[in-house]
Amino acid sequence: MTDKPKNVVLDPLFNNNPIALQVLGICSALAITTKLETVIVMAVAVTVVLGLTNSAISLIRNHIPGSIRIIVQMTIIASMVIMVDLVLKAYAYNISKQLSIFVGLIITNCIIMGRAEAFAMSHPVGISFLDGIGNGLGYSTILIVVGVFRELLGSGRLHGQVILPLSTEGGWYVSNGLMLLPPSAFFIIGLYIWALRTWKKDQIERN
Amino acid sequence: MAKDTVSKTFIVAGLLSVVCSAFVSTTAVFLRPEQAKNKDLDRKKNILQAAGLYEEGKSIEELFQEFEIKVVDLATGEFRNNIDAVMFDQRKAAKSADLGVEISKADDLAGIKRRSPYALVYVAENENGEIQQLILPVHGKGLWSTLYGYLALDADLTTIDGFAFYEHGETPGLGGEVDNPRWKAQWIDKKAFDEEGNTRITVIKGKVDPNSPDRQYQVDGLSGATITTRGVSSLLHYWLGKNGFKPLLDRIRSKEGKNEHD
Repeated sequence: MTDKPKNVVLDPLFNNNPIALQVLGICSALAITTKLETVIVMAVAVTVVLGLTNSAISLIRNHIPGSIRIIVQMTIIASMVIMVDLVLKAYAYNISKQLSIFVGLIITNCIIMGRAEAFAMSHPVGISFLDGIGNGLGYSTILIVVGVFRELLGSGRLHGQVILPLSTEGGWYVSNGLMLLPPSAFFIIGLYIWALRTWKKDQIERN
Repeated sequence: MAKDTVSKTFIVAGLLSVVCSAFVSTTAVFLRPEQAKNKDLDRKKNILQAAGLYEEGKSIEELFQEFEIKVVDLATGEFRNNIDAVMFDQRKAAKSADLGVEISKADDLAGIKRRSPYALVYVAENENGEIQQLILPVHGKGLWSTLYGYLALDADLTTIDGFAFYEHGETPGLGGEVDNPRWKAQWIDKKAFDEEGNTRITVIKGKVDPNSPDRQYQVDGLSGATITTRGVSSLLHYWLGKNGFKPLLDRIRSKEGKNEHD
């Protein structure tokens, strides 16, 4: 075991971020980041699914035949996601309604499949679980950053609390409609990657 | 390697499917009652919100007791007691081949193509059996999605007590502003019909002119959401019209006029 547990959890936050460096899981980052509330639930859901699928796949990694390994991973991921979706519907109904199909679409979130294939297939259970959690947290950081900007600039609120009173509601802030549309997440992620690579120069790709 | 033999591949695939399906179905069965409860509560909350009766912190079930659920035959406007209101699902009925009614293009203001022959309405009556409030489910196309909502009418069946959508997929910040409480507040006390019984309520473009004789029938438009708001007007015209709840409203009006209670 060459990977230290601490590094496995913390590296994905900035050094090896799934969205910023591996460029995985962009799709859901665009779709659900208009409000911080949904962002947080989505982040927790993805982190839980990542941790669980990574452990489950790692647990049976020595028995998975190479020819059907992708299907096996998908089956496990799909089952976990359905279970998370059912739990949300039972205990966080309002939020699960807002997230609607995006919970189901965690199945297609490239981060999960990517980590299963790249890490869990070749590492023991404990460390795979930590890798899942770490990457989940890495995904969450970006989602939260994007969510903060989009909610604040798009609707003048943070987590539902009014920060910038909107002109349509008697305040002074004229909201930026672009922030409410998915492309704005692209710009924010782009700016984020720029900032991150200015800070951590080794992430700059050389051709 | 031993794990790559054909038989092993089949065994792993088979076992995995069984284990995973067992997990999923157990979760589904265990959580179903909780989910059904949530769905029911959510529907009741939407209805109460449309009626302007919802209060944070108060029991939804308790507030909802005032209302009686009735199944209406849309064509005749009669209440149908032989259909179980709890089990009836209007959306399923609209889709089903034997129940659903095709709406002709000319009549289809709401852009919904098919409708259920029956609808669930929620009625609050006083001790004399006079209707105090009537809540009607409405739906129709906006820009991207079908909007589903409830319209609450006062005892005169003309004054709007409240109007709210509980499900839609319009753009947040633009068409999604139909959820804005300040916009929804405008609907209260507007008149759905004029003296002759024509459906008049409309979302206009821009702001309602406070001096206009039609102001009681008009609601401010939402900027950047022309198609959504046009859809909102059309769906109200459809559901308050002859293919919607007009037969029911006419029947209640004529009954109340004759002062009959049953």
